[in-house]
Amino acid sequence: MRWGSGFTASGLAAGMRKHHELVWPASSKTVTLPQLTRRLPILAYTLRRLVILIASLLIAAIVLFVLLRLLPGDPANALLGVGATEAQIAAARSQVGSDQPLYTQFVSFIGNLARFDLGTSFVSRASVAGEIGNRMSVTLPLTFLGFLLALALAIPLGIIAAVRSDRWYGGLISVVSQLGIAIPVFWVGILLVTLFAINLRLLPSGGFPLRGWTNFGEAAVAMILPVLTIALVMAASVLRYVRAATLDVLGSDYLRTARALGSSFPQALIRHGLRNGAVPVISILGIELASTFLGAVVIERVFSLPGLGSMLLLAIQQRDYPNVQGVLFVSTLLVLLIGFAADLLQRFIDPRLRDRGAGTP
Amino acid sequence: MSLISRRILLTASLLASVAFAPAAFAQDFDPNATIRIGSLYEPQNLDNTAGAGQGINEAFNGNVYEALFQLTDAGSVEPALVADYTVSEDGLTYTFTLKDGVTFHSGDPLTAADVKYSIERVTAETSKSSRKRSLSTITGIETPDDKTVVITLSARSISLPYNLSYVWIVNDAATDITATEDGTGPYTLEEWRRGSALALARFDGYWGTAPSNGEVIYTYFTDATALNNALLTNAVDVITSVQSPDSLAQFAGNPSFTVTEGASTTKELLAYNDRVAPFDNVQVRKALARAVDKARLLNSIWGDYGTLIGSFVPPTDPWYVDLTGVDAYDPDSAKAFLAEAGYPDGFTFTLDTPDYDPHPLVAQFLQTELAKVGVTVNINIITANEWYTKIYQEHNFEATLQEHVNHRDIVFYGNPDFYWGYNNPEVVKLIADSEAAGSIDEQTEKLTEANKIIAEDAASNWLYLYPQIVVSAANVSGYPVNGLNSQFFAYEIKKAN
Repeated sequence: MRWGSGFTASGLAAGMRKHHELVWPASSKTVTLPQLTRRLPILAYTLRRLVILIASLLIAAIVLFVLLRLLPGDPANALLGVGATEAQIAAARSQVGSDQPLYTQFVSFIGNLARFDLGTSFVSRASVAGEIGNRMSVTLPLTFLGFLLALALAIPLGIIAAVRSDRWYGGLISVVSQLGIAIPVFWVGILLVTLFAINLRLLPSGGFPLRGWTNFGEAAVAMILPVLTIALVMAASVLRYVRAATLDVLGSDYLRTARALGSSFPQALIRHGLRNGAVPVISILGIELASTFLGAVVIERVFSLPGLGSMLLLAIQQRDYPNVQGVLFVSTLLVLLIGFAADLLQRFIDPRLRDRGAGTP
Repeated sequence: MSLISRRILLTASLLASVAFAPAAFAQDFDPNATIRIGSLYEPQNLDNTAGAGQGINEAFNGNVYEALFQLTDAGSVEPALVADYTVSEDGLTYTFTLKDGVTFHSGDPLTAADVKYSIERVTAETSKSSRKRSLSTITGIETPDDKTVVITLSARSISLPYNLSYVWIVNDAATDITATEDGTGPYTLEEWRRGSALALARFDGYWGTAPSNGEVIYTYFTDATALNNALLTNAVDVITSVQSPDSLAQFAGNPSFTVTEGASTTKELLAYNDRVAPFDNVQVRKALARAVDKARLLNSIWGDYGTLIGSFVPPTDPWYVDLTGVDAYDPDSAKAFLAEAGYPDGFTFTLDTPDYDPHPLVAQFLQTELAKVGVTVNINIITANEWYTKIYQEHNFEATLQEHVNHRDIVFYGNPDFYWGYNNPEVVKLIADSEAAGSIDEQTEKLTEANKIIAEDAASNWLYLYPQIVVSAANVSGYPVNGLNSQFFAYEIKKAN
C-alpha cells in the first residue's frame, strides 16, 4: 500500500509553485491557485491536462496543415474537369486559396480554427461544421453504442474467463476472443452482411434512411449490424484486458482479507475487485474507444453509412482541404477529450492517483 | 472527382447497337410507386456549373431541370423547352420560340429572360462547366419578347442544339442553386442527405406528360459491393451503372433481376505524350498498338462484356467506322515497326497510372505485353489529383492511362494543346471545319475522315470500350440503358404492382 506517497509529492509541488500566484476573479477574497489546487488536487490535475490538451491540438493542427500541403497536386483540381481553360483554373485556385503563399494560408487556417470556423467545402460549398454535425449523428451513435455493447459483452465474459479459467468454457472464451482479435473488422462486417442481410434477409445490408433519425425505427435498424460489428471486434480485445485485470485481482491480498472478513466470493469481487480491476482497464478503454471512433471509417464504408469516416475518405480523394482539415481536427479533439475523460475517470475511481495527480507530472 | 465529366455530345444519330429496354410489363403498374435508384455517383453539390461531378447529371438532367433541347437515351437531340426554332442563312443567328405553359417549381412562368440568364450562367467567368468552351462562339443573346430568344454566333456551330442540351434552364430569380433547385422538370427536389440519398417528388404542375411513378430516391454508395448487396436485398430497385464485372454473375441468369448492356462511350486508353520521343514517331505508336492483345485485356477485365475499338470513336457517334483492323494485334509486325523506327532493341518508358480501377491492372497487362516486343514499362502510380496537375496541366509525362467518358470527344484530337499533344494540321482543320459545316451530313463526313486519320496515325493506343450495364429488379422497367451524358431519366420508370 502506498497511501502516503501522495502527500510528499503534493507538498513538493506546492513549494515549486510559489511564484505562480493568481487572483481568483469571482471571489472577493484572494485565493491563490496553489492554495485552491492544494485543497482540490483534482483541479490542478484537470488544469494541467487542459493545457496539454490545447497544446496537443495546436500541434495536431500544424502537422495537419503541413502534411496536406506536402501532397502533390493542387486542391483546385477538385473543381475542374478536362476541358478547363487557363482562366477557369486560375479562378478555381483563387476560390480555394491555393494561389496564396503558404504562410498566408496557414495564418488564416489557424485564425479560423481559433474562432471555431471550419470554413466551407471547396467542392460542395456547404459549411464544414454543419456537415460534420450531420455526419456525427451517424458516427457518434455508431461508436458509442458499439462501445457500450462491447463493454456489456466483454466485462462479464472477461471476469468469467478469469474466474473460471480452469473450466472448459473459461478457456473457450479466451480462445474465441483471441480469434476475434485476429479477424479484421471489415471482414466481420462482410460476414454479418452475408448472414443477416443476404441469406436471412433479416436486416438491411447497409445504408441509412434519407431523413436520418427523424425516421427513428428505420435508422435504428440500419445501425444494428454496424454496431454489432464494432462491438464484436472491440469486445474481443477488451475481454482480454478484463480477464488479465481480474486475474490480478484474484491473486491480491485485499480480496483474501475481504473473504476472511466474511464476504462471499461474488460480494468481495464486486465490492473490491471491480474497482481495483477497473483502473488499468479504463486506460485501455480510452484507447479502444478512440481507435473505434477512428476505425468507424472502415465500418461506414462496408455499410455505406453517411458518417464522418466516409466524409473524410471522399474529402481526401477530392483534396477538399476544408473538409479534410475539419474532420481531422474534430476527430483529434474528440480523441484527446476521450483520453482526458479516461484520465479523470481513473482518478475519480482511484484516490491514490487523485493525490498523486496533484503533484507529480 | 470527375476528371472527365461523363458522356457528352452527339447530334441526331441512331444507336448502332443493343439499346433495348427490358420488355415493358403488360400488367398494371403503381402510378405512385417510389423508385429507388442505387448509384456510385453522388453529386457534390446541386449546381452543374460548380464542379458537382457526373452525379448531378444523373439525378437532375431531364428530371429536375430541362434544357432547350434534350439528348435522348437513344442519342438523338430533340426539342425540349423549345417549341420551334429557325436558323439564318449564314448559320450565325438562331431564333428560338419557347413552349407555352411551362412553369418553374417555384411557380414562376418560364420566360426568355430565364433562358438568357441560364446560358450566361454556363458561359460566365466563374463557371466550372466542362462544356463552357463549346459555347464560346455565342456573341449575343437577345430577348425581343417573353417567348423568343435570339442567339448570335461568331462562327457557324452545327452542334449548338446539342450543346444547349446540357444548359439547364434555371429560374433567373434563383441566386444559389448549390443546395436547392428551381427547374421546370417533372420532379422537384424533396430532400437531400449528403453522403446518403437524394429524393425527388413528382411535380404536379409539370407541363408535359406526368411521370409514371410518384417519387424517385437516388441512394448513393461508395462501394460497389455494398451497392450490389442493396439490390440483392431489395433495398434498391435499379443500379445505374455496374462497375465490377465479377458481381454480374449473381444477377445474370437470376429471374428476379434484369441485366441490360447498353451502349457506352467510355474508352480506356494508353495515351502517349506525342510531343516527346519516341512517341513523336508514328511507327513507334503503331508498333505499340500492334503489340497489345486487346481482346485478351478486355476479357481479363470485363469478361464477355465491353467492345474493342480501333480509334477514339465509339459506335454511338455518327462518324464511327470499324477501324479495329488498322493496327490489329500482331507482335511480329510490332517488332518490325520498332526496328524500322530505330529501336530494334526496344526502349524504356514510364507509364503514369492513376491509382484507381482498372488502371493499375491494365498497366500490369501492358507491362507484360510490351516486354514481349522488347519495350520496358516502368509503372508509376499517381492519384487522380496528381494526374490532373502533372499530365493534364503540365504535360509532364511520357505515357499515361485514362478513361475518357465523353461523347463525340474526337474533337480533343483537333486541339494540339490537349494533354496528349497530338498535332496533325489536317485533323485540326477537319475538326474545325466540321463545326462550321452547313449540314449534319457534311459534319459527319469531315469527322469520319478525321477519325480514319487518327487511327492511321495511332495517335493514342485505344484499348477498349467499357460496357454500360444496368441491373434492375425484374418488376421494374422503363429506365434508360445507355446513360448518355450520364443522364438517368426516371420519369418513365414503372414498378409493377
